[in-house]
Amino acid sequence: MNILGKLSINALPHDMVTLGGAMMMIVAIIFGIFYVTYTKRWSWLWKEWITTTDHKKIGVMYIFVSIIMGIRGFADVVLLRTQQATSVGASHGIVSANHFQQIFSAHGVIMIFFVAMGFLFGIVNLVLPLQIGSRDVAFPFLNATSFWLFAAGMVLMNASLIIGNFTYAGWLSYPPLSELKYSPGVGVDYWIWSLQIAGLGSLFSGINFLVTIIKLRCKGMALMKMPLFTWSVFGTMSLVILAFPILTVTLALLYLDRTIGTHFFTASGGGNMMMYVNLIWSWGHPEVYILVLPAFGIFSEVVSVFSRKRLFGYRSMVLAIWAIVFLSFIVWLHHFFTMGAGVDVNAFFGMMTMIIAVPTGVKIFNWLFTMFRGRIKFNASMIFFLGFIFLFTLGGVAGVMMAVPAIDYQLHNSLFLVAHFHTMIVSGVLFGDFIGVMYWFPKIFGFKLIDVYGRVAAYLWIIGFVVAFGPLYILGLMGATRRLDHYPAYTGWQPLFIVAGVGVFIIALAVLFQFIQLIVSYRKRNDNIDITGDPWDGRTLEWSTSSPPPFFNFAILPEVSNRDDFWEKKQRGLNSNNKEYTDIEIVKNTPIAMYIGSAACLFGFSAVWHIWWLLILSLIAVIVFIMIRTTDEETEYILTASKVAEIDKKVQWKI
Amino acid sequence: MKKTLRFIFITLILLCVAVFGTMFLLHGKNIAVLNPKGLIASKEKGLIITVCLLISIVVVPLFFLTIFTAYKYREGNDGANYSPEWDSDPLLEIIWWAIPAAIILVLSLIVWHTSSTLNYYKPIKSKVPPITIQVISLDWKWLFIYPKEKVASVNFIEIPQNTPIDFELTSDTVMNAFWIPNLAGQIMTMPGMETKIHILAYNKGTYYGVSSNISGSGFAGMRFAVQVSSLKNFNKWIESANRSSNILTMTSYKKLAKPSSYNHKKIYSLKDTGLFNAIVENYMVPVFGGPIMLTDSKG
Repeated sequence: MNILGKLSINALPHDMVTLGGAMMMIVAIIFGIFYVTYTKRWSWLWKEWITTTDHKKIGVMYIFVSIIMGIRGFADVVLLRTQQATSVGASHGIVSANHFQQIFSAHGVIMIFFVAMGFLFGIVNLVLPLQIGSRDVAFPFLNATSFWLFAAGMVLMNASLIIGNFTYAGWLSYPPLSELKYSPGVGVDYWIWSLQIAGLGSLFSGINFLVTIIKLRCKGMALMKMPLFTWSVFGTMSLVILAFPILTVTLALLYLDRTIGTHFFTASGGGNMMMYVNLIWSWGHPEVYILVLPAFGIFSEVVSVFSRKRLFGYRSMVLAIWAIVFLSFIVWLHHFFTMGAGVDVNAFFGMMTMIIAVPTGVKIFNWLFTMFRGRIKFNASMIFFLGFIFLFTLGGVAGVMMAVPAIDYQLHNSLFLVAHFHTMIVSGVLFGDFIGVMYWFPKIFGFKLIDVYGRVAAYLWIIGFVVAFGPLYILGLMGATRRLDHYPAYTGWQPLFIVAGVGVFIIALAVLFQFIQLIVSYRKRNDNIDITGDPWDGRTLEWSTSSPPPFFNFAILPEVSNRDDFWEKKQRGLNSNNKEYTDIEIVKNTPIAMYIGSAACLFGFSAVWHIWWLLILSLIAVIVFIMIRTTDEETEYILTASKVAEIDKKVQWKI
Repeated sequence: MKKTLRFIFITLILLCVAVFGTMFLLHGKNIAVLNPKGLIASKEKGLIITVCLLISIVVVPLFFLTIFTAYKYREGNDGANYSPEWDSDPLLEIIWWAIPAAIILVLSLIVWHTSSTLNYYKPIKSKVPPITIQVISLDWKWLFIYPKEKVASVNFIEIPQNTPIDFELTSDTVMNAFWIPNLAGQIMTMPGMETKIHILAYNKGTYYGVSSNISGSGFAGMRFAVQVSSLKNFNKWIESANRSSNILTMTSYKKLAKPSSYNHKKIYSLKDTGLFNAIVENYMVPVFGGPIMLTDSKG
C-alpha cells in the first residue's frame, strides 16, 4: 500500500492551460511571500490579522479572499466564453471537453461558495456587531475558526488546480455522474471536501450571528427597532442553520458511496440518485436566499440613507423577509420539474415558487417608495441599485416563467436558465455586495472611496451585463443547452456567443474601474478622510462610533429608544451625556483558529487522496487544538476603564 | 462632468437594449421554442406568452414608476416634495401585497391547470394510432428503438406528421435529458427507471434534439436529428431500415453501449424486442439478497 494513498507524480498538470493557471497561481503566492518579507510585515500580519478575533478584521479577510477568488472565477469565465465563441463546427476550441467541464464546475463553486458567501460573511462581520451596538460577536473565537475553515476550503479547492483535478460533473455534481464508476478521479472528492470544510465554517457563522443578534443587541433595541440589515441577517442565519446540515450529510453520503462502496445514490445496487437531487436542492434553494437576503438588507439601508428618508413599510419589509425564509424551504423541487414527478407535486412546487415573487415584489415597491418624496443622491451605490431594480425584476420575470412546470420543460437546463440565475445573482447579490463595500468602506478604513470611478464601474457593469447575458436568453430559446463545449455551425449560435464574449470584456473593464477606484482612493486617502465617523449622514448605530472604530467598537455601549435612533438623535441635537467608562472584557488574539483551519485543510487533502494515516493525524490535531482552547482559562483580558477612556479621548481628539 | 457621464451611459444602456431587441428579431425564425412545430411545443409557447403578459401588469408600471421617482426626487430638484418622515401608508402597502398576490393567484390556477393538461405522461388523443419509440441514452449517443416496427437507430428519429408518438425513456449510463425544442420540452432519462413523453409533430422538416443534462465528456455531441415526414415516406423509411444489414441484438447493443462520442446517424434492424426492458431491469439487480423495487412516478 502506498504511503501517499492515490497521490503520485501523475497528479501534476499535463495540459498547457492548466499548467499556465497553476504556474500563475504559484507565481502569485511566491510574489506575495516575497512582498511580505521585503516589507518586513510578517509579524504585523501575524499579530494584526492571522491571530485576530476582531470581527472587523475577520470581515476584511473574508472580503480579501473573496476578491482573490473572484479574480480566479472571472479567469474561468474568460476561458468558458472563449471556448464557446470558438468551438464551432470543425474547430473544437481551446480546451478539451473534460477540461471545459472542470472549468465551469469550478466557476460555479468558486463564485457561490468563495465569492458570494465570502462577501456575505465579510460584510455581515464588518457591520452587524456595530449596527446592533455590540462590542463583538457572541463567540469571537468561533468566528475566527469559521473564517479559517472557509479559507481551508478555499485552499483545498485551489490545490486541485495544481495537484490532481476538479469535478467535471457541474457545481452540484449529480450522481451517478459523480459516483466512482463515472468519475473515478479525485475531482469529485476535492469538490466534496472543499465544500464540506467551508460549509462547516458557514454553519458555525450561522450559529454565531444568530446568537449575536438575539443576545447582544444594545439596550432598548427591541426586535422591531432593529435596522433592516440586521433583520435580513437574522433571516439569513436561520436559513444557514437549517440548510447547511443537509449539505453536510448529502456530501458525506456521496463520499461514502465513493470510498467504501455504499449505495446511497448509485445507479444500481438499490441506490437512488433522485434522493441526492432532492437533498442537494433542499440545501441549494435556501442557499440562494442565504445569498440574496443580506443584499436586500444592504439595499434597505443604502436606499434610505441616500434618499435621506425613513425606510418605507418597515413592517412589510420584516414580514417579507420571514415569508421568504419560510417559502424558500418548500420550493426546492422546481430545480427538477423535468425529472418526471407527478402532476400534483410539480403543480404544488410551481405555485409555491411563484408565491415567493410576492414578498420580493413588496420589497421592491417599498424601496421605490422610500425613494418617493425623498432626496435621492445619485452616487455609485444608487446607480448600482437602479441597475438592480431593472435587471432583478426582468430576471424575476424569467423566474416566474420557469416556475410554471409546463414552461420549465422548455427552458430548464438551457442557457435561458443560466441567464436567469446569473441575472438574479449578479444584480441581486453581487451588486448588493458592491454597494455594501462602498457604503461601509469609510467605516472600516477611515476614508471614503472616490465616487466617480464607482459610477463608471456601475454603468459599465450594467451595460456589460446586458451585453453578456442578453444573448444567453435568446440562445436558450434557440435550444442551446448549458455546459456545451462545442456546437455545430448550422445552429447559427456563434454570433450570439461572440456578443456574450464582448459583454465579458465590458464587465472586465468595469472590474478594472473598481480596482482603480480602490487604488486611487487609497493613494489620495488624505483628501477623503472621514473624521466624523458619519460620512453619509447615516441613520444606524455603526455611524455613531469613529471611523475606523476602536477595537472594542464602542467606548460606552449605546442605548436606543427608536428605530433609526442615531438619526433621531442627530435631528434633536446630539446629547453626549455623562461618560462613565467601564472595564471591558476583550478576547485575546490566538493562532489556534488558524491551526484548526490548517489541520482541517490537511484532513480534507488526505481524505481526497486516501492518505489514511495523515487523515487520522490531522483529525487528532483538530481535536487537540480544540481541547487546548477549551481548557485555556485565560482567553480574555480586562481593558480597564481608564484605558478605555484614554483610547476614546484619542479618537475624539482625532475628530 | 457628472451629467455628461450619466447621459453617455444611459444612452449606451438604451442602445444595448435596442441591439438586444434587434438580435432577437434577426434570429426570430431560428428561435426554436418560439417557432413550435408540434402540439406540445405550441401549447408551451402559448403559455409563455400568457405568463409574460400577466406579469407585465406589475412590471411595466413598476418600471415607469422607478424612472419617474428617480427623476423627480433627485437631489437638487427642490420643487419636488420632501417628506423624510413619511414611512408607511397602509393602503399603499395593501395594494402592493394584494395586486401581485392576485396575479400570482391567477398564475397558480394556470400552473394547476397546465400541469395536468401538459402532463407528459398523458397520451395524446388522436384518431391516428400512436407509434411507440423507446429511447436509451448512452455514453454519448441516443439509441431509439421502434419495438413494433422492429427498427432501431442511433442519433436519428424519423416520425410521421400528425401522429402521436409515445416515447418511453431510460438511460444505460448517467442521467441525461431528452429535448427537442421545436416539438416539446425536456424530460430526464435515468438508469433503472422509465420516464415518458408524448408528442405530436405538425410540420414536416428536420429538427434537432439534444441532451440537456451534463453526462460526461462527450455530452456536447449528443445531438440527434428528428425527421418529420409524411406517413408514406415514414413507412418507406421503416421498410428500408428493416432491410438494414446492421442487426441490433443484446450482443451488438453491448458493443454500441461502449463510450463513443459524436456518433453519426446509424440505422439498425431490430432482432431483440425486449432490449429496452432488459436494460431497465439490469439496474434493479438486488445486492443484498432481497428484491429492491425501484418505482418511477406514474404521474
